[in-house]
Amino acid sequence: MSKDNQILEEFTSKEYEHGWSVNYEADEAPLGLNEEIIRWISAKKEEPQWLLDWRLKAFRAWEAMEEPEWANVTYPKVDFQKLRYYSAPKQTKKPKSLDEIDPELLAIYERLGISLNEQKRLQGIAVDAVLDSVSVATTFKGTLAKLGIVFCSFSEAVKEHPELVKKYLGSVVPMTDNYYAALNSAVFSDGSFCYIPKGVRCPMELSTYFRINAANTGQFERTLIVAEDESYVSYLEGCTAPQRDENQLHAAVVEIYAGAHAEVKYSTVQNWFPGDKDGKGGIYNFVTKRGICAGDHSKISWTQVETGSAVTWKYPSCILKGDNSIGEFYSVAVTNNMQQADTGTKMIHIGKNTKSRIVSKGISAGKSQNSYRGQVQVMKRASNARNFSQCDSLLMGDRCGAHTFPYIDIQNPSAKVEHEATTSKIGEDQIFYCNQRGISTEDAVALIVNGYAKEVLNQLPMEFAVEAQKLLALTLEGSVG
Amino acid sequence: MSTLVKEDLFENLLESAPANFTEARQTAKNLYLKSGLPAPKEEEYKFTGITKKLEKSLDNYNQANQLSVEENLIKESVFQGFEGDVLVFSNGKFLQEMSSTIEGLEVSDILSSSAEIGSIAKAEKDAFAALNQASFSGGISIKVPKKTKIEKPILLLSFNGANDGQVITPRFWIEVGDFSEVTFLDQSISMGEEAYFVNKVVEIKGGLNSHINYYRLQNESNQAIEISNIETDIQSDARFTSVNISLSGDMVRNNLSLNLLGSNSEGNMYGIYLLNGKTHVDNHTNVDHTIPHAESNEMYKGIFDAQSRGVFNGKIFVRQDAQKTNAFQQNNNVLLSDDAIVNTKPQLEIWADDVKCSHGCTVGQLDEEALFYLQARGIGKVQAKGLLLYAFAGEVMEKIEEESFKNHVVGLIQDRLGSKF
Repeated sequence: MSKDNQILEEFTSKEYEHGWSVNYEADEAPLGLNEEIIRWISAKKEEPQWLLDWRLKAFRAWEAMEEPEWANVTYPKVDFQKLRYYSAPKQTKKPKSLDEIDPELLAIYERLGISLNEQKRLQGIAVDAVLDSVSVATTFKGTLAKLGIVFCSFSEAVKEHPELVKKYLGSVVPMTDNYYAALNSAVFSDGSFCYIPKGVRCPMELSTYFRINAANTGQFERTLIVAEDESYVSYLEGCTAPQRDENQLHAAVVEIYAGAHAEVKYSTVQNWFPGDKDGKGGIYNFVTKRGICAGDHSKISWTQVETGSAVTWKYPSCILKGDNSIGEFYSVAVTNNMQQADTGTKMIHIGKNTKSRIVSKGISAGKSQNSYRGQVQVMKRASNARNFSQCDSLLMGDRCGAHTFPYIDIQNPSAKVEHEATTSKIGEDQIFYCNQRGISTEDAVALIVNGYAKEVLNQLPMEFAVEAQKLLALTLEGSVG
Repeated sequence: MSTLVKEDLFENLLESAPANFTEARQTAKNLYLKSGLPAPKEEEYKFTGITKKLEKSLDNYNQANQLSVEENLIKESVFQGFEGDVLVFSNGKFLQEMSSTIEGLEVSDILSSSAEIGSIAKAEKDAFAALNQASFSGGISIKVPKKTKIEKPILLLSFNGANDGQVITPRFWIEVGDFSEVTFLDQSISMGEEAYFVNKVVEIKGGLNSHINYYRLQNESNQAIEISNIETDIQSDARFTSVNISLSGDMVRNNLSLNLLGSNSEGNMYGIYLLNGKTHVDNHTNVDHTIPHAESNEMYKGIFDAQSRGVFNGKIFVRQDAQKTNAFQQNNNVLLSDDAIVNTKPQLEIWADDVKCSHGCTVGQLDEEALFYLQARGIGKVQAKGLLLYAFAGEVMEKIEEESFKNHVVGLIQDRLGSKF
């Protein structure tokens, strides 16, 4: 036991490696939230009237809503009047290419290991980098444009493709969907927009990198992905934030629309600053992510690796509206120290012969709390719906908790729904077995955890899988159950 | 928290509460008045709109008076093959003169007993538990002394029906001493077709190494609304087994809680719900592992036909000190009709790391191939289906150790499924 404690101690004293911040000149909105601020943001971004009206409508709805308290997390409430809703790196004019971007900004991304320049040269991933509130650079735009693919920042999309934005914005996550979605609808500053035309298979992985830099800033980005009939896209999202003592709010909305026979794969590696070992600081990650399989035979797949954030509140969902559509959710959520995560998914079966699969692997260590909360709903006309859910929890240390709250609501007699969950710790016999064969305890833990999470990690695109595995090994360094 | 839907729904009931256990009643009354009946969206009653149901189905919220129960009625009502002692209740009130005297037991009306009201089924946990504690007007206190084995099962036979009022509030206190053994069968008979509301609380206290079985059969009329809070505390080496069979009713909600307070204790909760018509049955179970080395098993099986609805919420709570816990939970459901609904939520809350906990939950249909196999051997479709459903439910029925009760339940289920050959 004492050895366990010692190792745990070692492990909990590990620092967050992306905890630095950079001073750069920023354009900032005044603190607080009111209609004026929303008008200010909208004017700053030179938005059309309809979007301002939409924001104001969302704001009024938000004012009438109450902060949800049902999640299995506790945290000091956010004072929405003490936050800054817009912060942008100062740029005198819009950059035409990467060469014109402030080298300081590029340096930030270099440090994160996301070299925008590198990306430019190497074939592989198109990156849209979002710093605080605005998108600073998007790579590979030209190559994509030739195929008719639109991949740009949200504000650019509002200007250049207003008809698309107007059609799909809020169609999957209505502005009044929940407290944080309404807040985001009112104040969202930027994000990524992606449109894949009919019959196009996106040749490269699209990626967005989010970073919160400024203090007292909330990040409210909005991502909209539209995949028309028979198209395919794989989308990656990554995020980090500097180490600060106060909590920062991240309330994003991601909407995905998939037409008939379209497939969208959305992968996230979330590594926001989790707070220090006493739970001081860290990001509140209150995110609404939802996709709709609108057409027949469409497919949406969510894969997430959650390692960061002080408090996570996130349920990537699929609405399976089209007949024979498929929804998938693969998740590894690791919590350590004082982190709290309440995460899971919703699979709403509306169309016939729809299928969904949920694989959730929770790992809790330190004094953290890790909850899986999911819903599988089979509507009355969704005949032959099929769902399989598996949520496993691994506990390391005796001060952490693992909880499961699966809701299963079935209204069709032909549905086949299975749910299973287990909770356990790494067995001493497993460790002993590895030790016997010359594998150190630490490596053995990494080995076992990686094996445990493999089902999910396998779903990640190659580039991300490497990062995720590294992150997992790092987060759990030295921890023995 | 919840908002009061209709403050004065049970005002008369609270006013007319008997004048004993005043302290316990007052505490509970305050709690109830503070919380009120569950609001429509309250998580614990999310799928069971009990408040609305009570408002709609009842028009008299007064305590129902005692019904006249004759010797013959009791004889007719006891199921075939039963050999044991019968304790009779009429609208919740204990009829001592009609009941058997059981050797070795200390039995008395709850109103004149020394029961520790509210010490196990806590009023703050549930609005209806509070309402019962504030207003209970009858019931029983049963104490099994130490080292006593009650050989024959005890049938708690309740006759329920509306008369001057439609509310029935029984309360049972059962205390089983160290090293003692007892089996209870809890059954209610509906008198008349008018709607009534039973708000029942059962508190069970199991001593060291005690063995308690509590079997319950719910087949009241389809006008009956019932809420029950059954809570059990057991000590080291004790074993508690509950089997709950729900076959009918209008809206039924069972809150079954089990607190494992001593190491090496074992708690088992089993249930079948076989529903048709518009019956709505909601089983909420809660196992609280407070100490190391305890075990709990749970298995609920549901078969839903017509417009019936089944709700299951099973919670396993493993506290930080409860290392080496083994906890298993299973909920399987079969939907037979387009209008039936199932809402299930098997929940785990684990705060200790050295545990083995698992839960499984399924919703599905009968295996087509198994059906075909039977049909190919000359068994008609209806019968084959009945046979398979019977086998599905059989796993739970096997848990009943009391033979005569098991046979009775098997008969009822076979009748319902048409699987009698």
